[in-house]
Amino acid sequence: MSNTRMIELIGVQKSFGTLQVLKDISLTVDKGAVVALIGPSGSGKSTLLRSINLLTVPNSGYIRVGDHAMDFSSTQTLPRDRELAAFRARTGMVFQGFNLFPHMTVEQNVMEGAVTVLRTPKAEARELALSLLGKVGLADKAAMRPDSLSGGQKQRVAIARALAMKPEVMLFDEATSALDPELVGEVLAVIRSLAADGMTMLLVTHEMAFARDVADRVVFMRDGCVVEEGEARQVIEQPAHPATQAFLSHFHNGLS
Amino acid sequence: MQYQWDFGFLLQYKGLVGIGALYTVGFTILTALSGLAVGCLVALLRLSQWRAATWVVTAFIEVFRCTPVLVQLVWCYYALPMLTGLELTPATAAFLTLTLYGASFYGEIIRGGIISVDLGQWDAGRALGMRRSQLMRRVVLPQAFRRMVPPLVNQTVLQLKNTSLLSVLAVPDLLYQGQLITSASYRPLETYTMIAVIYFAILFPLTRLAHRLEARPGH
Ligand SMILES: Nc1ncnc2c1ncn2[C@@H]1O[C@H](COP(=O)(O)OP(=O)(O)O)[C@@H](O)[C@H]1O
Ligand SMILES: [Mg+2]
Repeated sequence: MSNTRMIELIGVQKSFGTLQVLKDISLTVDKGAVVALIGPSGSGKSTLLRSINLLTVPNSGYIRVGDHAMDFSSTQTLPRDRELAAFRARTGMVFQGFNLFPHMTVEQNVMEGAVTVLRTPKAEARELALSLLGKVGLADKAAMRPDSLSGGQKQRVAIARALAMKPEVMLFDEATSALDPELVGEVLAVIRSLAADGMTMLLVTHEMAFARDVADRVVFMRDGCVVEEGEARQVIEQPAHPATQAFLSHFHNGLS
Repeated sequence: MQYQWDFGFLLQYKGLVGIGALYTVGFTILTALSGLAVGCLVALLRLSQWRAATWVVTAFIEVFRCTPVLVQLVWCYYALPMLTGLELTPATAAFLTLTLYGASFYGEIIRGGIISVDLGQWDAGRALGMRRSQLMRRVVLPQAFRRMVPPLVNQTVLQLKNTSLLSVLAVPDLLYQGQLITSASYRPLETYTMIAVIYFAILFPLTRLAHRLEARPGH
């Protein structure tokens, strides 16, 4: 097991009924690296991301995050609730739809994982929440309810909520796709600062310029397979595979 | 024909009426609580992955929803002992029936509340590393509860009305006491009017409450 690889997937497969959504996916993400996952809608990007923290449990394959591994090739039995929870607690995930807890304040949202899952004392969790809210530029919104925030602010709270678990890895599933164009920048800026801090990240995105500039590597998926993978600028500006070229041709006006 | 209304005589029966009100309200509270407890279990079993349990619980719910309470009550008191050899007192039979009847409706309300919570909320809680019980307690139930309260109050209003059927088994609820008073006083008009007014006085605030809760905007 290599210490430089934070995420390692080997032969991951997932089917929903007869539909095979992930076909034998293998993928690694180095510690501190940023990997962008791109591809057409329905290609299995979300399913792959969700497999990494077992929100979707694969049918077979091997998944390792840090020094926690799960092997689905041999065992027939599904991991138990406790094991799943412990595994997920080590990765942060940010969703397209924010999924903030509407019955809690912004500060409570950010404290929730630390208090309930990590059993951090409330005062300490509150301090942590306030510092993370400061980091995403929302310290003044601590007492607000999520529904009074803009989309960009909601997503920044969601990022702070995930960071409060002190994750080894952050997963972003189209974190800016639900935002009005003028709000995309503030969320990308936060992700960029996490990259600068050395956070290991895997992000599904349609922001090709962002992927090119911030990611170290880009992975292109289609129909449940990794079609092309490489250095970010290389894949986005000079894709080798015709399918990648066809996909990226839709974005070229946004890639100046 | 001029009927001479006279409510004054009812004063001498105030003890009987008090006991009746106590039984009516007491049975409502007890069977609402037990019905809610069993209802929670019913909802969780229906939502579980455990196929056999889901099937049994669904069958239970349909049986209790698709037969009249009066029939359930009479069946439980007269027929069940013949099947099991277990004699039930009228109060026990009544408690059992109203609990299960309530549970079948409460259970569906609770299940509906739980499944009305956005799947993204489950994802978010799981992604934080919450275990199933934590997810329920911290994320799902607080949100589901707000949506459940108005229908739960409405169902409890029905539950209270249904206690009037207990009189069939000679459980001394309000209606049964009314029958006693009538047979002693020969004044059904005043007696049953008073009984109706007492029911109304208890239930009207409850239905207002349900209405207020329904009108409240929220999640
Ligand atoms: N829970 C599910 N049940 C059934 N089919 C699903 C489920 N989740 C995803 N799918 C299907 O899997 C395919 C890939 O979906 P997804 O991973 O969301 O792709 P992407 O994120 O690349 O758009 C789609 O055809 C989608 O309909
Ligand atoms: Mg997706």
